[in-house]
Parts: sequence; C-alpha cells; structure tokens
Amino acid sequence: MDAIFVEGLTKQFRSGWPGQPAVTALAGLSLSVRRGEIYGFLGPNGAGKTTTLKILMGLMKASGGKAEVLGKPAGHVASRRGIGFLPESPYFYDYLTAEEFLAFYGHLAGLEGAGLKRRVEALLDLVGLAEARDRQLRKFSKGMLQRIGLAQALIHDPELVILDEPMSGLDPIGRKQVRDLILALREQGKTVFFSTHIIPDVEVMCDRVGIVVKGKLLASGTVEELVSRGQGRTVEIVCEGFKAAVPPAITAARGQVLPRGNHCVVVLPDPDRLEDVLAGIRLHGARLVSVTSQRGSLEALFFHPPDGQQAGGHPGERV
Amino acid sequence: MIGLNTFRENLRDKILYNLLFFALLLIGVSVLLGMLTIAEQDKIVPDMGLAAINLVGVIIAIFVGVGLVSKEIERRTIYTIMARPISRTQFLLGKYLGLVLTLLVNVAIMSAVFVATLWMDRLPIQASLFQAIQLICVELLLVTALALFFSTFSSATLSAIMTLGFYVIGHVTVDLKGIAEKSESQALKAVTTGLYYLCPNLEVLNIKGAAAAGHMVALSYQALASAYGLLYAALLLTAASLVFQRRDF
Ligand SMILES: Nc1ncnc2c1ncn2[C@@H]1O[C@H](COP(=O)(O)OP(=O)(O)OP(=O)(O)O)[C@@H](O)[C@H]1O
Ligand SMILES: [Mg+2]
Repeated sequence: MDAIFVEGLTKQFRSGWPGQPAVTALAGLSLSVRRGEIYGFLGPNGAGKTTTLKILMGLMKASGGKAEVLGKPAGHVASRRGIGFLPESPYFYDYLTAEEFLAFYGHLAGLEGAGLKRRVEALLDLVGLAEARDRQLRKFSKGMLQRIGLAQALIHDPELVILDEPMSGLDPIGRKQVRDLILALREQGKTVFFSTHIIPDVEVMCDRVGIVVKGKLLASGTVEELVSRGQGRTVEIVCEGFKAAVPPAITAARGQVLPRGNHCVVVLPDPDRLEDVLAGIRLHGARLVSVTSQRGSLEALFFHPPDGQQAGGHPGERV
Repeated sequence: MIGLNTFRENLRDKILYNLLFFALLLIGVSVLLGMLTIAEQDKIVPDMGLAAINLVGVIIAIFVGVGLVSKEIERRTIYTIMARPISRTQFLLGKYLGLVLTLLVNVAIMSAVFVATLWMDRLPIQASLFQAIQLICVELLLVTALALFFSTFSSATLSAIMTLGFYVIGHVTVDLKGIAEKSESQALKAVTTGLYYLCPNLEVLNIKGAAAAGHMVALSYQALASAYGLLYAALLLTAASLVFQRRDF
C-alpha cells in the first residue's frame, strides 16, 4: 500500500463574486508516494502544490477525484496520528515558549508525561533550538520558526512527514541541516513528501520526483529517469586560440560560442554532431582544452517539459 | 487541551488588566458613594456591581469570542492544529470551553470584589445577588456561543457586529413582539416577528433589578431560565459545528 495515493484530483476555487470565473488550482492530478521514500513535489509558483498538500491534510475538500493517505481517505482524523505536517511559512501561537509549544502539540498528538518531556528535549536538540526553549515564539526569527515548525511536525514520531517548502527562509547552513534531517528520516524508514520550487533540493535528496505544472502532474520518476529523457544533455567544449569567425560546423550544430578571456567555450545543445564540431575547431587552428558532457538537469525539464507545455515559472524565483 | 490553551492565551492577553481596572473602579465608586451618603445607597451599589459584572463579561464574550476561530484562520495557526488527530468539532468545543473558563474565572473574581465592597460598605449580602450572577453566567455562555457561531463563517469584525446586534435585540424581543402586534405594515410585521423568534430572549436571564432590591426569583424560574439559555447555546454550537465542517482553510 502506498503512503499517499492521489488520482484525478481536482480543485476549483469559486470566487466570492457571481459572474467571475472559478480558479482551477488542480486539474486532475495523480500521483503516488511509496512507503519509505523521499518524494519531491516540484513545481513553479501557483502550480497547486500547497492546494494538494492541504487536501491531503484534510484542511480543504477536493472538488473531485480521490486522495488517500496511509490507506485512509484524506482528512481521516485518527490516521493523522501517523502524519506530521509543516505548512508553508508557518505561523504558531506566538505567546507560547518553544518548550510549551512543542509540549502542547505533543499533547494534541496523544503524548503524555515523561515520554512527552523526552520527545520535547530530543526535538529541541535536533533542530538546534535548545537555548531558545524559554523564549516566546513571537521573538523568533523566520528561520527559527521554520525549525520549530519542523520540530512540531516530528514530535509524535510520525511515519509520514508532509512538508510544504521546508527549506524556505533558511540560510545555507539551515538548508543543509534540514536536508540532513530529511535524509535521517529516510534512514529511520519514514516516508517524506515535500513540495518545493527549488530544483537542486530535489536533485540532491529525492528518491522520486513529481513535477506539477498548472494543477497536473507532468512527469514523475527518479531524478535519473527524468533527466535521461533527453532534455538538456549539453556538451561544453573549451578551446584556446580561436582566430577569426565562428567555424561553420558549430553554427550547423546550433552551438553557442562564449568568449572567456583568451579561452572560448562552445556549448552544444546535443552531442550528436560532436565529431563534426571538433574537426571544425581543429581545422580552424584552435587548440582543444577540454570537452565535457554536461549531465542534464531537471531545470531543463522545468522550463521545457516533454509535451511542450511551458512551466511558466519565473526564472528569478530560484533562491 | 485546546480549551486550556485558549485559557492560557487569554491570560497572556492581559485580560486580567480589565479585571483589575473593574475592581478598582467598583471600589472607588462605592467609597465615593459612601462619603456622599445618598439615601438610596444600599440599592445603587448592588445595582452598579451587577451591571458592571454583566457588562465586562459580555464585552469579553463578544470581543474574544469572535476572534476564537477567525483569528486562528487568519494567523493560519489552524493548519497545524487541524493536522493533529482532533476533529473540527473537538477543536470548536475546545475553543468555546477555553473562553467559558476564562469568563467564569473573570466573573468569580469580579463577584469576589463585589461582595467585598458590599461588606466594606456594611451593606447586606443577599442570596438574590448570587441568583442574578448565576443567570449572568448563563447569558455569557449564550453570547459566547453566538459569537463563535458567527465567526465560523464570517470575519471577526462582521461577527462582532452581528453578535452585538443579536445581543441588543435579544434584550428587546418583547418590545419587538409588541411592535409586530401593533404594526400596520405587513413587511415590518414579518421582520419583527421573525426577529422575535430568531433571537434569544435575553431578558429572561436578566433579574438584576429585582436582585439588587433583594427580591429572589423562584428556584423553578431560575432553573427554567438556565435551561432555556443553555439549550439555545447548545443549538448554536451544533450549528457552528455543522458550518465549520464544510470550511476550507
Ligand atoms: N483560497 C484560495 N482561493 C482562491 N484561489 C486560490 C486559493 N488558494 C490557492 N488558490 C489558487 O490556486 C492556485 C494554486 O495555488 P497553490 O497555493 O496551491 O500554489 P503553490 O504551488 O503552492 O505555489 P507556491 O510555490 O507559490 O507556494 C493559484 O492559482 C492560486 O491563486
Ligand atoms: Mg505553496
């Protein structure tokens, strides 16, 4: 049985005003997350990631389709005992101290007494907030809030952890810590399902990835599978002593020439005509320094999805 | 748990300052009255005391009550709460009970100050006063339920306005019925009759005047009035829960 199973999920938001069209946030999304894997839910802003996660948590009702979490319909009250959830830019009761806050959330999840106390200690240590335990959350920085949010999601040792952009608002050290934490969860056999619009995060740690655009799953699979579908496998040739005009072989292969000091970098969109280009360069009297085949990246998929649909994200959005 | 946390929130919200303010006011006024030695002093002090307890209670019930749920949604704290194994009804009842606890503690402290003032002014401390306070508590339970009900489907501000409206109308429903009977216009008749049946009749719970004069009401009346208020509150909570089930956050 899958940890998360979603089929043909749709969600429309009716606008408050009659006559205005409804916003379609999800248009038949299907995906499944297996037990024990880290699944990255990747998509540009407004793709429907948060909407999907809210439906899985029972915070919202789907307009149609099927959503199951841990074998129960999404929103099932008792099965939430096995789920930890971190919402997008989380807000908490800011009049509580870090320790009270975790104790309260542990209580709500059914923990009590010495066991609860131990868990609170352990999690404060885990997210590095042990010194801030007596501070009220209103005095926390954004990164600290993100961490305490992660701690509350894990307080009851859930088997499935659902995180909405867990790395947002964190500095490089914090991102690395969260990354390590998620990897440690997999070691413990937990399932992690997280959303993000940051491609490197997904590439580094996910077992499988689903790419969601405009409320639909465009592609899913391991990072390797997605990348080797042919998009974005480029070749970089560095050479020296380029004399005059660009050799015609490069133009024929749709290559780009980028001058770098007295070097020159030639980028080829695909490796098919590599031999021609290399011959052309030698013919031109230039000296070859290196040739590297760039592994394709998910980025290419993000911007040029297989069936030609544009992802439509903002390139500047990559943090 | 939710209830206790709401209580804790209220405490840290510095509502206790209201109390302190109230207590000082009451003592100040009664001392002033004691000095002026007005003939009717033994009626004015209990009158004012009961009115003040009622007023402070209703203000807290309405203005904290409308924020109970809407604030959680606005601040998005509800996301992580509803991710826990508790149902929406449990959440709603927890919030309600938390505020009720706050209110009861408030009323208890205010009543203690009130009684102490009477005692210092050497005025009689009559059983009728406690009857009045008990029915004030019932009214507060009802008003809180009203505020909670509205806030499950509208903003805090709108809920406050509606609750306040219902509260005021609730105290004049008998007059509304009078208007309905006398009115010529069919439309006005329909509206006033509708309001009469829709709004709780809060005057039933108001025995302050008689109580201040030392007149007790029959115990059967007290029981019946309490039952009426509590039943109304229970209906409101049920409706609130039904509405809340359907909400998206
Ligand atoms: N409560 C709502 N009412 C109306 N429209 C909404 C609501 N919530 C989301 N939407 C719309 O649904 C679409 C998907 O939003 P969603 O928040 O799921 O995106 P996202 O993938 O989480 O984006 P981001 O990366 O920016 O967090 C957007 O077009 C958004 O405007
Ligand atoms: Mg989002």
